[in-house]
This record gives sequence, C-alpha cells and structure tokens, in this order.
Amino acid sequence: MDLQEPATRRTSDIIHPRWVRITHWINAVAIFIMIGSGWQIYDASPLFTFIYFPRQIALGEWLAGALLWHFAAMWVLVINGAIYVTLGLATGRFRGKLLPIRPRAVRDDFVAALRGRLSHDDLTVYNSVQRLLYAGVLLTGVIIVLSGLSMWKPIQFKYLTALFGGYDIARYVHFFAMTAIVAFLTIHVVLAVIVPKSLRAMIFGR
Amino acid sequence: MPRKRKPVSGVDAKLLIKDAVKLLPQASRRLFLRGAASLGSLAMLTGCDIIDGPTAENALRVVSRFNDRVQALLFSETTLAPEYPESAITRPFPFNGYYSVDEAPDIDGETWRLEIGGLVDNKKPWTLAELNGLPEVSQITRHVCVEGWSAIGSWQGVRLSDFLKLIGADLTAKYVWFQCAEGYSNTIDMPTALHPQTQLTLKFDHQTLPTIYGFPIKIRIPTKLGFKNPKYVTAMWVQNNDAGGYWENQGYNWFSGL
Repeated sequence: MDLQEPATRRTSDIIHPRWVRITHWINAVAIFIMIGSGWQIYDASPLFTFIYFPRQIALGEWLAGALLWHFAAMWVLVINGAIYVTLGLATGRFRGKLLPIRPRAVRDDFVAALRGRLSHDDLTVYNSVQRLLYAGVLLTGVIIVLSGLSMWKPIQFKYLTALFGGYDIARYVHFFAMTAIVAFLTIHVVLAVIVPKSLRAMIFGR
Repeated sequence: MPRKRKPVSGVDAKLLIKDAVKLLPQASRRLFLRGAASLGSLAMLTGCDIIDGPTAENALRVVSRFNDRVQALLFSETTLAPEYPESAITRPFPFNGYYSVDEAPDIDGETWRLEIGGLVDNKKPWTLAELNGLPEVSQITRHVCVEGWSAIGSWQGVRLSDFLKLIGADLTAKYVWFQCAEGYSNTIDMPTALHPQTQLTLKFDHQTLPTIYGFPIKIRIPTKLGFKNPKYVTAMWVQNNDAGGYWENQGYNWFSGL
C-alpha cells in the first residue's frame, strides 16, 4: 500500500489534463481577439448611446479591420470550442467537475467566499460558485456563438435568427452575452491572481 | 466609415527589421527572415503597430477570401429573405453612403442610360422608360448594414435574373459588375445575381426611386449586406474576372452574404 500511494497521488495531482490547458489558452487568445474586435464593430453602430469603446482598447483600428479580425478569430474560437466541449463531454470532465450544482451549496459557498473563508487547498474540486460560473460561461459561450451566427447569416440561417427573435434582437443577445463573458473574465482573472497556484495549474497541469 | 492610419512616428517597421536582422549570424538570419513573415515575430518587433497595421490586415484578408468561399457554399438560390408587412417598413428609411445626402449624384433620368457590356448578346443601352416598361416585382425586405444597423424597405423593379436572360447574358459567367455615377462599384457572384429576390430596382415604396435611395436605379440584393447594393448604377458588365468594389478593395469582405 505504501508502494502504491505515490503512483495514485501522481495521477490525482494532475489538476488539468493537457487538452484542457491547450484549449484553455487557445480560447483565451481567441476570446481576447473576439471581444476587442467586437467592441470596434459595436462602435460603428452603438446599441446604447452611453456605451462606446475607446479605440485604444478596441482591436482593428477601423470597422473593416475589426471585421477581418472577428471573422478570422471566429474559426479559432469555434473549432477550439468544439474540441473542448466534445472532450469535456466525452471524458466526463464536465459532469465530474461541474455537477451537481445545488442552489443551497452555491449560496453557502458564495457567503463563505465573501468572508474569505472559502478554501482553495484542493484545486481538483470546484466549489459550488465555481461550478455555477464555469457552467454559466460555457452556456454563454454557446449563446454568443449562436447569436453571432444568426447575425452573420440572418437569411441562410433564418430559423436560428428567428429563434433569437430576429436580427435586431440577436444583436442585443450577442452584446449581453459579451458583457456576461467580460464580467466572468474579470472575476476569473482577479481570482487567478489572488490564488496564483490555480494559474500555475492551468499552465503546468498541477 | 473614415479610414485613418496612425503610423508610429520615427519608426519604419521594415527598416527596423532589416537593422535587427543585420545583428544576427548568417544561419539564424535566414531562419529569422523566413519567420519574419509570420505575425508573431513581427509583432515582437513593432508591438501594437502590427496588430492594427496594414500587415495584419493583409494576412487577415487571406482568411476573408476563405470566408468568401464558405459563404458561397452556404448561399442557397432557393432560400429567400424573409418578407415583411407594409407596417414594418422603416420610415424614414435611412440614407447611407461615404458622402453626405447633398453630395448624392443628381442624375437626369431623361439622358441617363444603363450601359450593358461583357458576356452579353444584346449590348444596347437601356433608357429609364424602357426599364419601366418591363414586368415589375416587389419586395419588403430587411436591409442589413455592415455597421450593424438594419432597416426594412419596400422595393419594386425588374427581377435581375429576368433582365439578364432578356439581354442574353452568359449565365455561366462568374460575376456581374456594376459601375455607379459617383464612382462607386460592386462585383457580385452570378448565383446571387440569379437569386429570385435580386432586383434591378426602379421604385421605393411604389414611388419613383428618390435621389437619396439611388435614382434612377439601384440593385437591391436582400441576401447581401447594404454596401453590396449599388445605387446610381450606370453600367452593368457580365464577366469572368472579379473587378472588386469600392469597399471590398479597402478590406470589407467580398461576398458579404446574409
């Protein structure tokens, strides 16, 4: 038993398998480009008079440049995302890591997090708030891709566009999904900085 | 859509790379030059300039051409743009161009002719009266601008596929090119030209096409973004070479299908 233990620990020590780390960082680059260019595209015809993205933080310099970035990075985002979701479902990682999500546990963990009492000792297990946020951002990812497709091809994919309530409403859905992802990313990055070993795990696997 | 570029003052990216390369030993210099074409190594040297600069755009245009092919595959000649009731028409329907309303070309409908050229049997120019004598089709469809906004308009005119057949155009040709009075131009793919809703438009909301919407004719293509719907058209060429277009040549996606 003593001989077996190191081997068992070695495998369980791996927090993120290689495919998770690779797809995570490819996705990080793709989402960065999609958001930056998306802001520049938004500026060409803003949905809200009080929301405008300064050129310094947007990508592409002008509308055509931003569109070129957006419709190039979309391939990276979608292909990489499809690989990630397929492997996440096939390997059982999503089910194992993200489920179950119970409202009471989310509330308790959220309160504990605010009090700074949430433990990060075992990075292999996600707390309930993490589960909710990771599952939520996955779902938002699906929504932002589908609403984007419905705006790109409102005639060839007209039933998808209709599902979103038409072209004009799909624009709002796309915008709010972006807002949700940016909010997630803010928390995500802040927490990665607060708990640096989680960042290390996403780079080296453990 | 004004186009502005901010070159980094005092920094010539090409000279900078050349100078940097001189410092490298021969073998790595060759390797470096090979790699220099890649976005990554250029970005290292010139920072943000490359991300927002013309080099990045040129690389991205390769993907844009790939996207043209994908869109041509997605395009279906039988998939129709949704039609809307009269009550859905956007009033006033917006004017849009790279110039202001008062700079829109004011064309004399009496002397105007639609020039026909390229792979066409009958190249006789058409008068406005002759075009108005052809069978009329009507549509109330959504105009989607590349900027993101959209508006619903009512257009009447001649089905372009009927007109192409009437003049004996080679329908196996790859492109149809439109020249406009103010210098604007567009090239579209033949499958889109033959789409049942692609229209040689003479009227807006059953009235003679107003100057701001493209008098005397506009090409209404509900399956393409607004900038692929040329106004003030003066010539139409059926051809096998892609003659580009005003915005397409500056980096907007060529196919721009919806």
